[in-house]
Amino acid sequence: MRILSILALALFLATAPAAAQTLMMATTTSTEDTGLLDQLMPMFTQDTGIDIKWTSTGTGKALKMGENCDVDVLMVHAPAAEKKFVEDGFGTARNEFMYNDFVVVGPTADPAGIKGDSSAKALAAIASTKALFISRGDDSGTHKAEQTLWKKAELPLPDKETWYVQAGQGMMQTLMMAAERGGYALTDRGTYISYEAKAGAAPALVILVEGDDALKNQYSVIPVNPAKCPNAQLGAAEKLATWVASEKGQKAIAGFKLEGKQLFYPNAK
Amino acid sequence: MDFLLDGLRQALLLIATFDPATFSTIGVTLRASALALCAAMLIGVPTGFVLGYFDFPGRRFLRLITETLLAFPTVVIGLLVYAFLTRHGPLGDLGLLFTIPGMAIGLAILGLPIVTAMTAVAVEGIDEDVRQTILTLGASRLQAVWCCLTETRHAIALAVVTAFGRIATEVGIAMMIGGNIKWHTRTMTTAIALETGRGEFAQGIALGIILLLIAFGVNFCVAVLRRMGGSQ
Repeated sequence: MRILSILALALFLATAPAAAQTLMMATTTSTEDTGLLDQLMPMFTQDTGIDIKWTSTGTGKALKMGENCDVDVLMVHAPAAEKKFVEDGFGTARNEFMYNDFVVVGPTADPAGIKGDSSAKALAAIASTKALFISRGDDSGTHKAEQTLWKKAELPLPDKETWYVQAGQGMMQTLMMAAERGGYALTDRGTYISYEAKAGAAPALVILVEGDDALKNQYSVIPVNPAKCPNAQLGAAEKLATWVASEKGQKAIAGFKLEGKQLFYPNAK
Repeated sequence: MDFLLDGLRQALLLIATFDPATFSTIGVTLRASALALCAAMLIGVPTGFVLGYFDFPGRRFLRLITETLLAFPTVVIGLLVYAFLTRHGPLGDLGLLFTIPGMAIGLAILGLPIVTAMTAVAVEGIDEDVRQTILTLGASRLQAVWCCLTETRHAIALAVVTAFGRIATEVGIAMMIGGNIKWHTRTMTTAIALETGRGEFAQGIALGIILLLIAFGVNFCVAVLRRMGGSQ
């Protein structure tokens, strides 16, 4: 009798109300962790009637989810990998719509002396002084950007070096690790601002390198191609791409603030 | 230290204000756990009973496998179930990835060995004399089985509570298969993982305290049921 009543309860709980149209999106941790999507997506739903669900992960895994047909649309930031994704026919188009920037942060003492350098020079200094560097190491957009920066600095990609730590975790955990261990790290500005706000009066990590062209972080929306994934909802995905590029969407992105600071800059073409 | 005090204060605040996001994660956790627990019980109790009651060739080996599965890493379960449920997987057409029933499949696999193994041990533990006595008193085989089941009901209830504890507090499976989608598949544990990822330790601790309270509540209910059963 008890088992029956538990079963009935379970069935009742399992039948959740179904929405009219739901778009499934894979995105990166930065859009979720900063709270941008929480502000943006309800406006999109209100304007289009399309309910949107998102799961946040590293860009590498998000692209994989697109290839596996598990999502309808991607919101990611790794231009080279995105281009390949579209060329291979998994996505219909890359719609660039906003950017923010990466910064190199490190301990206030700055043992490698990189303050104010270009990103390439800074990485070279870190490598030559063997100063501790904490990498995401998780195939995320930030990790891919970091790898590009090592390449641009004409340095071999560090891997087993004792001063190079591959955290394998999200951006905030990586920053915490850098703060605890007194290391350098590459981060998006948004996560650093949340870190700074939480660290209080004297944060262990400060921004040492910023404003370099190589540090620009471009985001795009990519609808998954129905030619590869028959179930992908191209129409709704394209509506999302159009909406974030619309005047209203772009204004909302510019207006999104964390700790009073603007994080993302609209640049839809 | 501040994190802990802050967390405690926030936990009380979240409960007192009926914070919708928090209550959504509680709802998702309970739904997924209830579904998974039902499946684990429906399969696990009979299987465990057979493994503990009857003697047949291969029984020891099956017991060994069941007990090995107790140590099945949850991320591996998550990975396997993900591979089956992804659109390109064998069960992809069911569309279960990123849903509560999808999560429940993984969680049921986690709970099944616990229910099976603990039921088997409990049934095995019944005194052979008791079984013989029942039979000599003229009970049919079926009545003897029923008698053994009622004899072990407390142990089975304990198995179910243990399984619930594991299922409700699991994070790897919930994260991989559910996707941590706000209002849909965000559970207490994946919410804690997210908040920690955001550096919101106090919020994470607050959710952890609420999760502990729920576990306490469930255990309390079982203790009451047990006492009621005992006094009859």
